Amino acid sequence: MTIFDTRTGVQMKNFVSLSVLVATVALLSGCPTKPVVPDTPPQPTVDNTAGVENADALAGDTTASMGPTGDLLSKRIVYFDFDRAEIRADSQGVVAAHAAYLSKNPNQKVRLEGHADERGSREYNIGLGERRGQTVRRALALQGVAEAQLSTVSYGEERPAAAGSDEQAYGLNRRVEIVYLK
Amino acid sequence: MKERMKQTAIRFLAACLLAALGAASPAFAQLKLTITSGVTDPIPIAIVPFSRAVPADGGLDVAQVIQRDLESTGRFKAMDRKDMVFTPTTSVEVDAAGWKQQRVDYVVVGRVTAQPDGQVRIDAELVNVLTGQRVAGPYFVGTSTNLRNSAHRIADALFEKIIGVKGAFATRIAYVSVDGKPPKQTYELFVADSDGFNRTRIFASPMPIMSPAWSPDGEWLAYVSFERRTSAVYVQHRRTGKQTMVSARAGINGAPAFSPDGKKLALTLSGSSGNLDIYLLTLATNELKRLTEDPGIDTEASFAPGDGNTIYFTSDRSGSPQVYRLTVGSSERPKRVTFQGGYNARPRVSPDGKQLAVLTQDGGSFRIGVQDLANGTVQILSKGVQEESPSFAPNGAMLIFAGRDRGHGVLQTVSIDGLTSARLDADAGEVREPIWGPFLP
Repeated sequence: MTIFDTRTGVQMKNFVSLSVLVATVALLSGCPTKPVVPDTPPQPTVDNTAGVENADALAGDTTASMGPTGDLLSKRIVYFDFDRAEIRADSQGVVAAHAAYLSKNPNQKVRLEGHADERGSREYNIGLGERRGQTVRRALALQGVAEAQLSTVSYGEERPAAAGSDEQAYGLNRRVEIVYLK
Repeated sequence: MKERMKQTAIRFLAACLLAALGAASPAFAQLKLTITSGVTDPIPIAIVPFSRAVPADGGLDVAQVIQRDLESTGRFKAMDRKDMVFTPTTSVEVDAAGWKQQRVDYVVVGRVTAQPDGQVRIDAELVNVLTGQRVAGPYFVGTSTNLRNSAHRIADALFEKIIGVKGAFATRIAYVSVDGKPPKQTYELFVADSDGFNRTRIFASPMPIMSPAWSPDGEWLAYVSFERRTSAVYVQHRRTGKQTMVSARAGINGAPAFSPDGKKLALTLSGSSGNLDIYLLTLATNELKRLTEDPGIDTEASFAPGDGNTIYFTSDRSGSPQVYRLTVGSSERPKRVTFQGGYNARPRVSPDGKQLAVLTQDGGSFRIGVQDLANGTVQILSKGVQEESPSFAPNGAMLIFAGRDRGHGVLQTVSIDGLTSARLDADAGEVREPIWGPFLP
């Protein structure tokens, strides 16, 4: 099937199949390129400036927790196609698993962090990342998760999971990370 | 509340400390400028070494600064100093016929002199070798720490005398620098002279910094920081480092742009629903006015020069990102202005209001395009595959934008006719999101 993306005028056939493959491999392997808990700093304090000189000291997100584990529950990343915000068939199972867990654990909160690949303008990509986060949020809510358990943030293309300017990196970077909070 | 005040105080102190560190650090980590293309027949010019004022001039080679400025435009070819038979410092000493034989069209001579009050004065004169016309001045007086700026101002005036357009050398740029490999990166916001010298760190964070914007007077910068994990818009005074968080509302706080009078900030907010729209924030009163209401992504507001009522912005309301124009206070729907290509975003209006620079998709590449607002003609000015963030020089003659060199983020400039271009490389890390500041007072 050839997909012609009217948004970009780019023929997507090979690109889609490659990114599906990349994402599938990443999902099956538990995505070794991206740790489950991102290396990000705590809430802003004076350390934010000190961190410029010593970023290592700030590693670790104090607001994130390890969260549940399990076949699908250990997978915390939902991947997307270029300039798209629909959850692909290969990610529906992951979203459903988290929806089931969160429905049973109404006190557990998650933050949905939306991301885009590096192509296009930065602020527009913030919008795309947000749209992806909202898609996952709606999917979780439809499957019984309370709105109060869910929040979104978009980092656009500012926090890539993978370096590089190739389809593999793009595929890994177009994502929503489901971050379990403490 | 107490905790919040404490945090604000800590952040203010941190910003002050950072500003002090930035101001104190020597200008060691510079951007290196390389001309990547010039006009086929650059103007031959001889910029003769100026007489020195040792030690008041701090060792600065004023003629070299001027030469670098003029050559950076790709429109001049400066004569090598070792080919100069004579090195006059006043125009009366310039033997026009002799220089004509050396095939130069213009000769620049000058003098740096210490003043009794401790100031340093630069006099420069331009001789048109072909007509023999001697042009007195310009001269500038400054302290030795800003002698480099005085040299840029002389280059501005010389450029205007020869080309007919005021130079934009005595201006500043702001840009974002990123160091480290994903996912652990360090983000810094810098201000530097237009030639990459005198780099000063404005703000730094282990979380993303993006979308810097200059105030019209060049005294303030607005930008987006994720240091609170979610986005917030800050306004920071360039010299004192005083930082104010002006928007940290639920959802996205992004894409700040100062109004032409500097009193308002256009920005993008999404609220918790995730619908990005453009708002106008009056800085003194915190009054917020919504400018767009569309379920699509509306972002990247840019004011047209003038009364501040005309705003260009990116919207994907038609299905793909395109540029639209709205009028503040009007009930009319925004009008679409870009039609060529499936992706046009991040608009910036030229200082004369006649042209629009955009990020446009050109085949499989993202490049910098300039659209004539009167007739809609689009010219692609760049040649790379992944470029973004075009910003006009205040004289409208050049654009600065972010590009890539061997996979590495660099800053690039291009003349508005596309004939000349240059690259500014950082000595470490990636550089991006360059914004050209206004003419200095």
